[in-house]
Amino acid sequence: MSHSMLSTSTGSGPARTDTPALEVRGLGKSFPIGGLFSRDSVRALHGVDLAIGRGEIVALVGESGSGKSTLARCVARLERPSEGSILLDGTDVLKRDRFQASRAFRSQLQMVFQDPFGSLNPAHRIGHFLRRSLAIHGKGGRSETETQARLEQLMDTVGLQTDMLDSYPHELSGGQRQRVAIARALAVEPQVILADEPTSMLDVSVRIGVLNLMRRLRDEQGISMLYITHDLASARYLADRTAVMFAGELVEEGESLDLLANPAHPYTQLLVSAVPDPARAGSYDPVRRAELRQAVMASTSCAFDGDPDQPCSGDQPVRHQVGDPGNRHWVRCHLYRPRAGAGGHALAADPAAGPSADAGISVHAGPPASAHPRKASA
Amino acid sequence: MTVSQTSFGSHEPVLDVQDLTVKYIGDSRSTTAVDRVSFSIGTGEVFGLAGESGCGKSTIANSIMRLLKDPAKIAAGSISFGGRDVLAMSPEELRRFRWQDVAMVFQSAMNSLNPVLTIGEQIVDIFTTHAGLSRKESLRRAGELLELVRIDPARLKSYPHQLSGGMRQRAVIAMAVALKPSLLILDEPTTALDVVVQQEIMAQIKELQRELGFSVLFITHDMSLMVELSHRMAVMYGGRIVETARAHDVYADPRHPYTQALMGAFPPLTGPRVPLSGLPDGVKFRNIPDLAEVAPGHLVAPFGAGDLSIAHGTQATDDEDAALEGAIR
Ligand SMILES: Nc1ncnc2c1ncn2[C@@H]1O[C@H](COP(=O)(O)OP(=O)(O)OP(=O)(O)O)[C@@H](O)[C@H]1O
Ligand SMILES: Nc1ncnc2c1ncn2[C@@H]1O[C@H](COP(=O)(O)OP(=O)(O)OP(=O)(O)O)[C@@H](O)[C@H]1O
Ligand SMILES: [Mg+2]
Ligand SMILES: [Mg+2]
Repeated sequence: MSHSMLSTSTGSGPARTDTPALEVRGLGKSFPIGGLFSRDSVRALHGVDLAIGRGEIVALVGESGSGKSTLARCVARLERPSEGSILLDGTDVLKRDRFQASRAFRSQLQMVFQDPFGSLNPAHRIGHFLRRSLAIHGKGGRSETETQARLEQLMDTVGLQTDMLDSYPHELSGGQRQRVAIARALAVEPQVILADEPTSMLDVSVRIGVLNLMRRLRDEQGISMLYITHDLASARYLADRTAVMFAGELVEEGESLDLLANPAHPYTQLLVSAVPDPARAGSYDPVRRAELRQAVMASTSCAFDGDPDQPCSGDQPVRHQVGDPGNRHWVRCHLYRPRAGAGGHALAADPAAGPSADAGISVHAGPPASAHPRKASA
Repeated sequence: MTVSQTSFGSHEPVLDVQDLTVKYIGDSRSTTAVDRVSFSIGTGEVFGLAGESGCGKSTIANSIMRLLKDPAKIAAGSISFGGRDVLAMSPEELRRFRWQDVAMVFQSAMNSLNPVLTIGEQIVDIFTTHAGLSRKESLRRAGELLELVRIDPARLKSYPHQLSGGMRQRAVIAMAVALKPSLLILDEPTTALDVVVQQEIMAQIKELQRELGFSVLFITHDMSLMVELSHRMAVMYGGRIVETARAHDVYADPRHPYTQALMGAFPPLTGPRVPLSGLPDGVKFRNIPDLAEVAPGHLVAPFGAGDLSIAHGTQATDDEDAALEGAIR
C-alpha cells in the first residue's frame, strides 16, 4: 500500500524528481526479549511505508519507545529489518549490499545518534572523529592545510570553538557533544541525513541556529533529512512534512502545518494537547486526558465511518485522506489498532488503567507506594 | 557576591550555594566553567537552572554531588546542605549523602546504566544495599517504580540495550526517586520523552514532591517545561547567573538580553512559519557583573549599552531584521 504522495510539490525547497531520495516499504522489525530460550518478542516496527523526496525534510514524532530509533537504525543498516525494503535513490540497498552497509552507502547516508554520551569513543580527540570522516569519504581536500580549514569550518558551522578540536569527549558538555555528532555527519556531505534527536540538549537559541543550518543545507545542497524529535514546535518550524509513529506503526502523516493544526488521529491529538505551554500552565486536564487515552487505546468510532469513498477497517491499516489532497495528509483508520504486545507502549503501562484498557480508564494520580492492580501482561 | 535570595515560602534552605567557582585546569587551557555562582533552594521548592549549552549547569550539579573529577577544581565558594558543609564531608559521609539525601539523574542517563545487568537487578540492588529490604520486597517495589514511569513491569527482565532511549531515561528517573531523597537533581531528565509521557512523569514527580516535601534542582533546555514546573529559576551564561526570579516572572518579564533571547526563540505551534534566530552572530556577553535587584525577588546582572546592541542587530540585513523580531520581543 505505498502511496505516491510526493507528486505534488509544496513549492518549498528545490525541484524534486519523482524518485524519492529515500523510501522504505513495509518495514518491520521484531526483537527477541527475555532469556535465551524465550520465544517472547517485541514488535518494534510493523509495515512502515515512508518516502522522503530529494531536498525534503520529514519529521518523525511519536511516543517514547514507539520505534523511531529502530526505524532510523534499520535504514542506516545498523539493525537488520525482519521484513520490508529500503530504497536509497531508487536502489534496493538490502539487495545491493546484502550483509552490511558499504562505504558508498555511508557516503550517501549518515546518521546522528540519539545518545551523544554513548556515540563518541572516549579515547580520541574531537579532531580525530571529524578528520576520520573526512578521510574515509575523501572529503579532506588535497593538503593538510585544506583539511585543517575544513575542520575549522565544520566547528564554526555548529557553533563550537576551534580549540575544542583538541578536547576529548568527556571534556565536553552534553550540547557540545551533540554538535560534534552533527558536524561529523556533515563532514561526509551525504545526500540523506537521519538525525535522531540531534538538538535535544541545546538551549533554544543555539537550537534555532542548528535548525536554520539544517534548512540551509537542504536549500543549498538539496540534502534530504529524517528529523526525529519530541519537540513538535521544531518539527513544525523545520520539516515540510511530519509523520507520527505509535506502537511501531505510522498513524498519521501530512504537511507539518496542516498536521499540527488539524491532527486527526487520537494519538496525534493527545500529543498536541500535551505540548508544554507556560501560558496555560496548570491546565493539565485529567478528564480530557483520560478521554483521549481511551480514544487511543480503544476507539470505537472513526471520523470516516459511513464515507463511501473511504471505507473503514478494524482489520487492515487503511489510510483515510484528511482534507485537501494538496496537504498530503492521511490518517490511519481509528478503528484499527496495533496488535497487543507491540512496541514499548507507555500508554499501555499506565498504572491507572485497569486490567484491560477496554474496561474504561479511571483518572489517577496517587503515590507510587500504593499497591496498583497489576496490569495483565500484554 | 553576597546577594542572598529569599527562597520559596518561609522554609529553611535545604541547599545553599555561595560564590561557587569551578575551574577545569588543562595543560594548554584552563576554563572557568562556573564563576561566583550563588543560589539556594528551600524545602519543597523546585528550582530551575537554564542557560546556554556549555555554561556550567552540569558542573554545578556535579559539584553539589561532589562528583567532580580530576582536572576540575572547586576554586572558591561553599556548598551547604541542611546546614552541613558538603565540601568538607568525609568519604563515609559522602556515601550516605549521595543515596539517602541527594539523588541525581545525570544528563548522560541514557548511557549510565550498567549494560550487563537487567533493569530489575539494578533497581533491586538499590533497595537491598541502601534500604536493607528483602529481595522479594525489592522486586515488588521495582515493579511499582517502573509503572510510575510508564514502563511495563515485564521489562524488569530487559537489559539496557533492549530499551529505547526514553525508556532508559525513565528507568534512571525511577532509580533516583527510589529512596525518596530530600534533594533530587534532574539534569535534562526528559530529552528523550514524548510530551505526553513527559507531562505525566513530571506531574507524578511533582505529586510525590508535594507529598514527601523534597526539593528539586531542575536543569532543562525546555523553557516551557521549566516555567511550568519551577517555583523559582536562574538563567546562566558563560558560567555566571545573569537573572533569577520566580519562574513566572522570568517568563513574563525577562530583563537580561540573553534571557529575552531564550524566551523568544521557541518557534510557535500556530500561525505562519517565521524565521527565528537565537542570539545574532557575534553577540557575546563578557565580564558579567554581579546581580542587582530590579524588582522584589527579581535579580538581574546589569548589562551595558554594548550588550544592548543586540536589540538593534549588529550587521542588520533585511533578513536578519525579520529574524530578530522573532528573537527579541
Ligand atoms: N536491541 C533490542 N532488543 C530488544 N528490544 C529492543 C531493542 N532495541 C529496541 N527495542 C525495543 O523496541 C521498541 C522501540 O524502541 P526504539 O528505540 O525504536 O524507540 P523510540 O521510538 O526511539 O523511543 P525513544 O523516543 O524513547 O527513544 C522498544 O520497545 C524497545 O524496547
Ligand atoms: N573535564 C573537563 N575538562 C575541561 N573542560 C570541561 C570538562 N568538563 C566540562 N568542561 C567545560 O566546562 C564548560 C561547562 O560544562 P557543563 O557540562 O557544566 O555545561 P552545561 O551547562 O551542562 O552544558 P549543556 O547544556 O550543553 O549540557 C563547558 O564549556 C565544557 O567544555
Ligand atoms: Mg529513540
Ligand atoms: Mg550539561
